[in-house]
Amino acid sequence: MQYMMFVATDPDAEPYDPAQDNIQEWATLVQARGAHLHGDRLRPVEDATLVRMRDGELIVSDGPFAETREWIAGYDVLECENLDEAIELASKHPMARFGRLELRPVWPFDPAE
Amino acid sequence: MTGTVAATPAEVRAAVAAAHRDEWARVFGALVRFTGDWSLAEDCTQEAFARALERWGAEGVPRSPGGWLTVTARRRAIDVVRRSGVEADKLRLMVADEQLAAPAADAALGDVDADWRDDVLRLIFTCAHPALPMEGRVALTLRTVAGLTTAEIARLFLVSEATMSQRLLRAKRKIAEAGIPYRVPPPALIADRTSGVLAVVYLLFTEGYAPDDGRVVRDELAEEAIRLARLVADLTRDPESRGLLALLLLQHARRGARLDDAGDVVPLDEQRRELWDPVAIAAGLRLVAEAPLPRGPYAVQAAIAAEHDRAPSASDTDWPRIVALYDDLPQHPVIRLNRAVAVAMAIGPDAGLAALDDLGEPAALAAGHLLPAARGELLRRAGRPDEAVPFLERARHLAPSEAEKRLFTRRIAECRDAV
Repeated sequence: MQYMMFVATDPDAEPYDPAQDNIQEWATLVQARGAHLHGDRLRPVEDATLVRMRDGELIVSDGPFAETREWIAGYDVLECENLDEAIELASKHPMARFGRLELRPVWPFDPAE
Repeated sequence: MTGTVAATPAEVRAAVAAAHRDEWARVFGALVRFTGDWSLAEDCTQEAFARALERWGAEGVPRSPGGWLTVTARRRAIDVVRRSGVEADKLRLMVADEQLAAPAADAALGDVDADWRDDVLRLIFTCAHPALPMEGRVALTLRTVAGLTTAEIARLFLVSEATMSQRLLRAKRKIAEAGIPYRVPPPALIADRTSGVLAVVYLLFTEGYAPDDGRVVRDELAEEAIRLARLVADLTRDPESRGLLALLLLQHARRGARLDDAGDVVPLDEQRRELWDPVAIAAGLRLVAEAPLPRGPYAVQAAIAAEHDRAPSASDTDWPRIVALYDDLPQHPVIRLNRAVAVAMAIGPDAGLAALDDLGEPAALAAGHLLPAARGELLRRAGRPDEAVPFLERARHLAPSEAEKRLFTRRIAECRDAV
């Protein structure tokens, strides 16, 4: 199963502590397992661009965005045996402590549907 | 595989009903493993029970009803998959393919019988997976482990059948679509997941005691919880599972004395103890006596319930020991509140009030009736009825059921008479 793991900030989480950030260790772990397909950080919402087509007209604007205190800071695509393995990997990610992670199963497109 | 003596229609109905109660989980669990598809497994299990009603009359009740039902349900699954060729590759029917090659479904009966414990455990753990919403876990456990129909579960939770059916469907869908594994968790997860299973069973039980109307069906819910607790305790042999079973038995043993003839709540110290169920108490006490140390939270709560259940009266209860047992529990606000009440019984109302002062007003208790109820009651016992009244009034205002409100009304009247 493939999971998209959204890495999000969370105001209720532990404050970020660079000394406790073990992202390299995590990357090594998921690579060694063959579970990591790809993933990266994302630039902050200030750098986001919103695109809409309304009544045939293209509307481009800068970041939206509802004033949320949680925003997506990165993503990883994981290939796992099942949800328990995905949970295990997510739990070891530093942002499980400094933010929060959302696991969404990838829904492969099936033209027959 | 079947008995040789034909059975009467009444015998067949009784045998099928018993099998439904005792064997549903193993038949369904085996079918989920076999097909990998919860809905197909459900249809085939249902179908097997319908066949049993038709055939056990002429063929006799089989020696292993669960084995017969499993084999029949498996054959049904193979038929369904054969007929819908397109879907065959979508269903995870590797096992079925093997079975199709060898006409050995009957010979597989022995292996079907041997595996059932694991099948039921897989089912129990999967239904209680933390990625499912709590109400979905509870509903799915009742449907698939306890074998209740959707209509029965809907009635127990006082929702429409359509609502319950949606809830079950969503839970089954999430298992498939989110990749929740159908298995007994590996050693690293087992402790955590077992406590998740126990939480589902305990919630079911406390739901049974949600003290509002519909009393009769609520009793059924508590009994269903006890049946599940026994199954989990038997299958996992986990000390906390036995602790939970003991706790439920010892609490439920008092059900006959909880309400008086007028339907009013009777507090523990005023209950007529001859109405308590001695068989359930004996079973609970035995489990408590056997519990290995150190005890987990359910086993400690069971030990507290045991102190109440074995005492001839409230005043003859070993309150100091109850206080000591509360000290062994995680210091959740509700636990500290109950401990304060036990302190009042062990030492005196003033000591209990002091313990309540230490507790303060934690958020977990702020909106409920428990805190003012305890303070009002302890003030009353301390001979300060005028001070007790406002707390008892507040407790009455916040109490969740009419039966409890009536109890506070009675207490307030007693206080006013005493002033």
